[in-house]
Amino acid sequence: MRLDAQGLTRNLVRWETAVTLLLVLVFASGAGFSPDFANSGNLSFALGDLSEIALIALPMTMLVVCGQVDLSVASVLGLCSALTGKLWDGGMPIETIIPIVLLVGLVCGLVNGLLVTRLGLPSLAVTIGTLTLYRGLAYVTLGTEAVAEFPQQYTDLATKSIPGTFIPYPIAFFAVLAIATAITLHATGAGRAMFAIGAQEDAAYFAGIRVKRIKLVLFAVSGLVAGFAGLVYTLRYGSARADNGLGLELTVIAAVLLGGVDFDGGKGTLGGVIAAVLLIGILRNLLMLNDVSTEIQSIVTGLLLIVSVLTPRLIAVVREIRDRRQAVAGAATATP
Amino acid sequence: MTVLTQSPAKPGDAGGPAGGGRRLVDMVLRARELSILGALIVLVVATTIANPRFLSEQGVKDIFLNASILALLAVGQTMVVVTRNIDLSVGSVVGLVAFVSGKYASTGHHNLVLIALVGVAIGLACGLVNGLLVSFCKVPALVVTLGTLYVIQGLDHYIAHGDQIGAADLPSALLSLGNDEVLGIPYLPIITVIAMLIIGFYLRSYSSGREFYAIGSSPEAARLAGVPIRRRVLTAYLVSGGLAGLAGVLWLARFGTVVADAAHGWELKVVSAVVVGGVAIVGGTGTVYGAALGALLLTTIGSVLVVLKVTPFWQDAITGVLLLLAITVDRLLALRVTRVLRARGRKMRRTRDAA
Repeated sequence: MRLDAQGLTRNLVRWETAVTLLLVLVFASGAGFSPDFANSGNLSFALGDLSEIALIALPMTMLVVCGQVDLSVASVLGLCSALTGKLWDGGMPIETIIPIVLLVGLVCGLVNGLLVTRLGLPSLAVTIGTLTLYRGLAYVTLGTEAVAEFPQQYTDLATKSIPGTFIPYPIAFFAVLAIATAITLHATGAGRAMFAIGAQEDAAYFAGIRVKRIKLVLFAVSGLVAGFAGLVYTLRYGSARADNGLGLELTVIAAVLLGGVDFDGGKGTLGGVIAAVLLIGILRNLLMLNDVSTEIQSIVTGLLLIVSVLTPRLIAVVREIRDRRQAVAGAATATP
Repeated sequence: MTVLTQSPAKPGDAGGPAGGGRRLVDMVLRARELSILGALIVLVVATTIANPRFLSEQGVKDIFLNASILALLAVGQTMVVVTRNIDLSVGSVVGLVAFVSGKYASTGHHNLVLIALVGVAIGLACGLVNGLLVSFCKVPALVVTLGTLYVIQGLDHYIAHGDQIGAADLPSALLSLGNDEVLGIPYLPIITVIAMLIIGFYLRSYSSGREFYAIGSSPEAARLAGVPIRRRVLTAYLVSGGLAGLAGVLWLARFGTVVADAAHGWELKVVSAVVVGGVAIVGGTGTVYGAALGALLLTTIGSVLVVLKVTPFWQDAITGVLLLLAITVDRLLALRVTRVLRARGRKMRRTRDAA
C-alpha cells in the first residue's frame, strides 16, 4: 500500500507536469499583464520565432536520451544558410537548392555520427570540433556577405500562418515531426532501445541492441533537421548569412534539459521538452513585449538552464534522505 | 588487491614490469607534446620559406603577445578538464573582468596591484559559483558553465550598458604592462609562463596535484581511494576562474579600449587549445605545457593565414579539423597503449603464476 502511495506522490511532482503548469501560469499571467500578448498576431509571431529551436529540439531530445549531445547543430544551420545564399546568388533555382542543402545537413550529421560510433570518441568533444569546423566552412562559403531577395512564395511559406489559424507553416510542420518523434521515442522498440542505451550502454549492447547504428541514425537525423532549420531560418528572415543562428545550440540544449531530460541519458519525455520549448518562447516574447533588454533575457536563459539541472538533483537528494529515514523507521518497527 | 599484497613481498618482481608500463605511457604522452611542437616548427619553417618577413622580431613578439592570454586561459582550463569537467564560462569572465576592472582603473584608481586584485577577485567569485554547483550539487559541468556563461555575459552587458573603456582613461602603468617588455621579452608571455610553470609543477609533483588526474581517470576509484573529490574540483574551478580574471586584466592592459563583448566566444577557442594540446576531454591525461603549446599553435595558425594572405575565414575551419584530428589521434594512441599494457599484464600474471 505504502509503495503505491509513494508512486503516486512521485507522479504528482513529475518534472514535466511542473513545467507544463509553469507554462500555463506564465501564459495566463502574460495575458493578464500585457494587452499585446494574447492576440493571434503576437502568438503567431512568438511561435514562428521558435521554429528552428523547436525543430532541432526533437532529434536533440532523442540524442540526449541516448546519453549523447550534438553541439554542432547551430553551425550546421549556419552552413546550410550560407550555402543557400551562395547557390541562390549563383543563379540556381530554389527547387534545386533545397535538396542540396538538406543533403549537406545530412552529411554533416553523418560525419558527427561516424566519428562518434566508428572511433568511439565522446560526442561532446566531436561536436565541439565540428561546431568550429562547420561554422568555419559557413564563413568560407559566404564570408561576411548577406544574400537576400528570395522568391516570395517560399518566404511566405516560412513566415505566413495557415489560413484561418495563428499557426505558422514551419510550426505546423514541427507538429507533424513532433508526433512522429513522440511515437518513435515512446511507442516503438527503437525508442525503448534509446532509453536503454542512455541508461546503461554496455548492458544495452549485450542485450542485442544495435547501439552504434541507432546513434549514427540519430546524429544523421540531427544534421538533416538542422539543415532544414537553416532553410527555414534563411527564408524566415529573408537573409542568408554565415553567422545565422550563432549560439542557438545553447538555447536548444537549455530547452531539452528544462524539459526534464537527464543530461546523463536514459530519462525524459518529449512532452516535457515541447512544454519547455513553448515556455522559453513565451518568456522571450513577454520579456520583449515589456521592453526588457536582451542582457536580462540572457541572464534569464542562463538561470533557467542552471535551475533546470539543479532542481532535479535537489529533489533527488531530498528523496534519498526521505527514503533513508523511512528505511530506518521501517527497520525500527520491524525489529520487535 | 593481489598486487597490493604481492608487491611488498617481491618488490623487484612486481615493480619491474609495472615501471615499464609507466615508462611507455610517459613516453607516449611526452611524444604527444613533442608532436605539437613538431607541427609548430614545421608550420613556422614552411611559412618563413614562403614569406621571410614572418619571422621578424615584431612578428614573433606579436604571436607571443596574442597567444599569452589564450594560453593563460588554457592553463586554467586544463586543471578543470583533467578532472573530467569543463568550464565554458571563461570567455564571459574575461569580458566581465576586462570591463569592470577597466571601469575601476579609469575612475581614478591607478594602483596596478589593486586593479589586478579586483580582476582576480571577480574571476574567483565566478569560479566559486561554478565550482560549488559542480562539486557540491553534482550538476553536469557542461550545463552549469553554459548557464553561468549566459548569466555572466548578461551581467557584463548590463553593467556596460553600451559604454566602452578608452585607453586614454587608463593609467599608463597598466598599458605598459600589456605592451612593454623587459630584456626584449614582453611582460604578458612572462606572466603566462610563470603561471604555467607553477601549476605544471604542482600538478606533476604534489600528491594533491596527482589527485586531479586520479579524479579524471576514474571518479569512483578516486573516491574509494579517499581523494577529497569535491575540494579538488572546487579548487580546479577556482584556479580556472582566478586565471580568467587575471586574463581579463591582461586583456584590458593589452588592448586598452574595451567594449562589453571582449573575448566573446573564447570559451570554445580555449577548449580547442586544450584539446589540441593533448588534454583528453574525458579527463585524466594531459599537461598544462601541452595546453599552452596548443594555444600557441592555434594563434600561430592565425598569423600564418594573415601572412600567406589566405582569407581569415579559414581559421575556424582549420581549428575544427585540428581539434578532430587531436581527439582521434589521442583515442587511437590510448587504444594502443591499453592493448600493450594489457598484454604486459597478462605476461606478468603468467610469470607470477609460474613462480
